[in-house]
Amino acid sequence: MSNLIAHWNYFLVIALMMIGFYAVIARGNMVKKMVGLTIFQTSVFMLYISMGKVANGTAPILTGDATTLYANPLPHVLILTAIVVGVATTAVGYALIIRVYESYGTIEDDELIKIIEAEDNAEAHDA
Amino acid sequence: MSGFFVNAALISLLTLIAFLAVRLHRLFAVVMLSGAFSLVAATLFVVLDAVDVAFTEAAVGAGISTILALATLSLVPVNEKTHGFAIVPAFLAFATAAMLAVAVADLPAFGDVNAPIHNHVAPDYLQGSAEDIAIPNVVTSVLASYRGFDTLGETVVVFTAAIAVLLVLGGWTRRKQDGEDDNAR
Amino acid sequence: MQDDVVIRVIAKVMIPAVMLFALYVQFHGDYGPGGGFQAGVVFAAAFVLNAMIFGLNRGRHAWPAHLNLLAICGGVLLYGLTGVASMLLGANYLDYDVLGATPQSGQHNGILLVEFGVGLTVASVMVALFFTFAGRLTHIRLMAKMQAQEDAAQKKTKRKTKRTKKRAGK
Repeated sequence: MSNLIAHWNYFLVIALMMIGFYAVIARGNMVKKMVGLTIFQTSVFMLYISMGKVANGTAPILTGDATTLYANPLPHVLILTAIVVGVATTAVGYALIIRVYESYGTIEDDELIKIIEAEDNAEAHDA
Repeated sequence: MSGFFVNAALISLLTLIAFLAVRLHRLFAVVMLSGAFSLVAATLFVVLDAVDVAFTEAAVGAGISTILALATLSLVPVNEKTHGFAIVPAFLAFATAAMLAVAVADLPAFGDVNAPIHNHVAPDYLQGSAEDIAIPNVVTSVLASYRGFDTLGETVVVFTAAIAVLLVLGGWTRRKQDGEDDNAR
Repeated sequence: MQDDVVIRVIAKVMIPAVMLFALYVQFHGDYGPGGGFQAGVVFAAAFVLNAMIFGLNRGRHAWPAHLNLLAICGGVLLYGLTGVASMLLGANYLDYDVLGATPQSGQHNGILLVEFGVGLTVASVMVALFFTFAGRLTHIRLMAKMQAQEDAAQKKTKRKTKRTKKRAGK
């Protein structure tokens, strides 16, 4: 039970993660999937930053005072990189969504699969 | 104790925003909710003492990501097909959450100052930033100096994303060559 | 949107302020929260605001396309060449100690250069992404117009060949 209380932050963030995860795998609309992916990514960042927090600490900007406790700067650096990489993949994802819509006329998964299967059947018929 | 309430309030707000973003069908509202999610997440990062990360998350998540999503929405249909509640994905999400919870229970307590993560390289970085590099912002000194190679890789990733988007959407066409079909998209 | 007086005036006041703030964040990233990535994104936000309020054409004039590509590559090059400069001065790749009179000033110089490279790349990438996404509709219409012109030209040549064939057959 004490474990539950000591780790409450992590459990809440895992719940957030799963909402984003559900959006990615359960929804067929591609833009909804991208938004779910964004939610999932941001929740993972929150998990890592929570690991770096030090009780009674402050932001890792040195003040010259020898007695201050600082939060761990290493997770911050890693998550900074992760945020930028996340936006890079998001941008490429949206570009691909636009191209898929222009080529097939839909951004819903199931409709897309039907169109591609119909095209494959037409090709097999012609061949 | 006040830290607990602020954290809990912010994470509850985040859960509400995420839940609504999954439920709504109007994609415009969903995109704006994702921008709000990033902004509240940035506030949470400030509460967790990660000011650089909060700045980046606010600028990138609530700024650029929302703009790109809105630009996409101007080119694709703005309403999602209605969906019911999907059992198998929900079960998968629940199973993953259970596994993660079991794994996370092994971590040191939240905010523990004696956790192994705080005794590994972090004290060296904090000390080195004061003496060898003489820069107050430890995150910048670690990002640019101690972990400079990672930042070089990250910059190249941003560059590659730009090249990829320009290739996919940039509108460059192949020049017509003699005897060859014009393949201008 | 530039017909609205309030938006136009506020944008004209805010855009230089946003750019100045971005430069502040860039070069004071050593002493407070900030650095290359944040500054790059905020700087791009000023140009995106300009394009949103005053139109894509004026936005593109403010940040030309060829300059955009140069800036994207220039930032990464600046980062890489800082490392090469360290090597030319005798140390390892990206070892900033040798870039100044003392190791501390060398580190400071190295971090400034490197963060500026990062900021330049990130700003130009964000602006390029916005203009690529926002200009897609114009591109589609342009392609459709060119296709329609080609079809009309082809129809004309087909009719001409039909007419000459008919005359030859007569």
